[in-house]
Amino acid sequence: MMMLFEDPVFGSRMLTLLTLTFHVIFATLGVGIPLMIMIAQWVGIKKNDLHYIMMARRWARGFVVLVAVGVVTGTAIGLQLALLWPNFMELAGHVIALPLFMEVFAFFFEAIFLGIYLYTWDRFENQRKHLLLLVPVAVGAAMSAFFITTVNGFMNAPAGFDIVNGQMTGVNPIEAMFNAATPTKVSHVVATAFMTSAFVLAAVAAYRLIRGSDHVYHKKALHLTMKIGLVFAVAIALIGDFAGKYLAEYQPEKLAAAEWHFETEREAPLVLYGLLDEERDVRYGLEIPYALSILAHNHPSAEVIGLNEFPEDEQPPLFIHYFFDVMITIGMWMIGLSLVYWFAIRRGWAFAQANWFRWLIVLGGPLSMLAIQSGWWMTEFGRQPWIMRGVMTVQEAATQSDYVGLMFVLFAGLYFILGVGVVVVLTKMFRGNPVEKELAEQGGDRS
Amino acid sequence: MSYEIIGMAVLWTFLFGYVIVASVDFGAGFFNAYSLMTGKQHILTRVIQRYLSPVWEVTNVFLVFFFVGIVGFFPSTAYYYGSILLIPVSISIILLAIRGSYYAFETYGARGHRGYAFMYGATGLILPASLSVVLTISEGGFVELTDSGPHLDYWALFTSPLTWSIVVLSVAAVLYISAVFLTWYADRAGDVEATKVLRRYALIWALPTIVTAGGIVYELRSHNVEHFESLMNLWWMFAISFIFFVASVWLIWNRKKYGVAFVMLIGQFAFAFYAYGISKYPYLLYPHLTVFDGVTNDSMAIALIIAFVAGLALLLPSLYLLMRLFLFDKKYVSGKSK
Repeated sequence: MMMLFEDPVFGSRMLTLLTLTFHVIFATLGVGIPLMIMIAQWVGIKKNDLHYIMMARRWARGFVVLVAVGVVTGTAIGLQLALLWPNFMELAGHVIALPLFMEVFAFFFEAIFLGIYLYTWDRFENQRKHLLLLVPVAVGAAMSAFFITTVNGFMNAPAGFDIVNGQMTGVNPIEAMFNAATPTKVSHVVATAFMTSAFVLAAVAAYRLIRGSDHVYHKKALHLTMKIGLVFAVAIALIGDFAGKYLAEYQPEKLAAAEWHFETEREAPLVLYGLLDEERDVRYGLEIPYALSILAHNHPSAEVIGLNEFPEDEQPPLFIHYFFDVMITIGMWMIGLSLVYWFAIRRGWAFAQANWFRWLIVLGGPLSMLAIQSGWWMTEFGRQPWIMRGVMTVQEAATQSDYVGLMFVLFAGLYFILGVGVVVVLTKMFRGNPVEKELAEQGGDRS
Repeated sequence: MSYEIIGMAVLWTFLFGYVIVASVDFGAGFFNAYSLMTGKQHILTRVIQRYLSPVWEVTNVFLVFFFVGIVGFFPSTAYYYGSILLIPVSISIILLAIRGSYYAFETYGARGHRGYAFMYGATGLILPASLSVVLTISEGGFVELTDSGPHLDYWALFTSPLTWSIVVLSVAAVLYISAVFLTWYADRAGDVEATKVLRRYALIWALPTIVTAGGIVYELRSHNVEHFESLMNLWWMFAISFIFFVASVWLIWNRKKYGVAFVMLIGQFAFAFYAYGISKYPYLLYPHLTVFDGVTNDSMAIALIIAFVAGLALLLPSLYLLMRLFLFDKKYVSGKSK
């Protein structure tokens, strides 16, 4: 705790961790939920089913609150990048400013149409026209995610410039944007945002079903979101495989630290869980033979570079192994859960309607969010000690200000209040206006 | 034209846009809280809800544009300003968060908590103060370059009369801009009561705005002579600004054409703001950083300008649509349509 106040570098890292962890919750839902709203409204128009239209409407209302917090925390992290990492932003500004700049445009675009969409529910005779307004919202959200993730990709795989005698030359902003990390990172971020948003909405629907309301509206919502979640969960598993290959090629130290793979060897096994002793031997771990070689190079006997090849002061912390485990385990669990749900509903098996199974779905919402967080913690801690891999360390990048610890306390307080506020407001919003009541107001419950 | 000048012109325009739209927003929050206190809440709350809630995120983006743009065009500003602005900008972020969450929680969620409305109103006054400190710092004299980077002398900053005149000007200007805009909006909404109240606020804040603006020019004379002299070379721009000011006050005083009065006000602030900006050129942080030292490489500058033009082509029509729906749609403004 004292370190927070005494060491500006540590303080800056912790404040960035705090802001990003909080922001990622809202950013993820902010990217994912517009697609869910769009699908629901589209299904509603196609099937001429008021329930789905109502779904879009209610989700949109909750979405605005989440976006608002996403906007303020996004503004915070945008400014904190320059406040806490001035030397990094000076260097990065020269090479990677373009996507940062375009991200603002994308968000601007999204914000304008979101404002219009929300305040024009009853101004259009034709629902399809109103649905069209959502396209720029969803596209803007996904583009924001794309642009900002290219910046994170750049920090992991710097590209698009040369450093000659300490001077930066030959800057190519496009090459910097489409760095080696961009394809896997962007697809991973966007797909996980869709999956998590679907499972979070599924959790809400399942919770309503457990708590008394047996309305078919919630069943439809649950069914729709579980199916969307399943599609993206499977997609993520495939993308994850590519991400492994990217790491093996461009950031082998991160992969090695995450897998506790110390010696370079062929036929490398994948280690899950376990404990490390002082000799860096893995105990109680679950070893899957050849799996790491396959993950890294698609071949069971391929050689995987071990962590010992890297100087000690350039090795990422080994605890990222657990972040990796959490992410993978939850991902697999959610694929299994949604697959079982889908199969059971098709077959008409009764347990899919049972409360204990619905509780598992409720749990799946927060679990998916935890998987997202673990993924970010893994990739960010896994880049240490670098802020820009191979170019600049966090030590060199951070501010020297004496007040970082104080700011940490202030922002922790702010996020706490915002977090509580979101929960209170969303609960009030939906408790006070249950779907039965709203459906009745909208001209009866016809389907 | 060189990239520095294009970059600076674009950024200054965004900052100007932010000053206007944010002033409307900040001031409205204050008037709202003030009318809650004096028991006239209904008059203003409705105007604020119908206009500010749909556009607050757009307002915020102007600010984000400015700071992302300045780091893009002039990356050295991150180094010079990053460390020294930690406290003032962090405070501004927190205040902005309070405002953003007010819109989200109060208008979309359940209705009003008085304490929250007061806090929201208070941020409308503190924010211009905390943001305008950045302009004061850029005048020079408060920053020292050391081996561990630039350091801000808080004592000098907070004991300087320049700091406080800029703070007072920013607050007065916010209330004036906001009152003039809201007078127009309330008048269009056909809300006679609200128009009356807001017109009075506009007239009250007109004089303090122009007096403190003059005061700052006087302060600069002793604080930064170089800047003062280049300001004086642009006296004609300030003269035009003053003529606009007189014209808009005259219109409001005579209860005429509030829309034109607001346009005049934009003219007044535009001339003063750009004159101030031009006179500051080429310094980003006097005397340490100029636009020439700070500018990015050519390929990034070109990329940013292309992105900017393409982005504008996309945004201007959308912004127009937004304005048409929430600002110029008579039925919406007067509350007849949702």
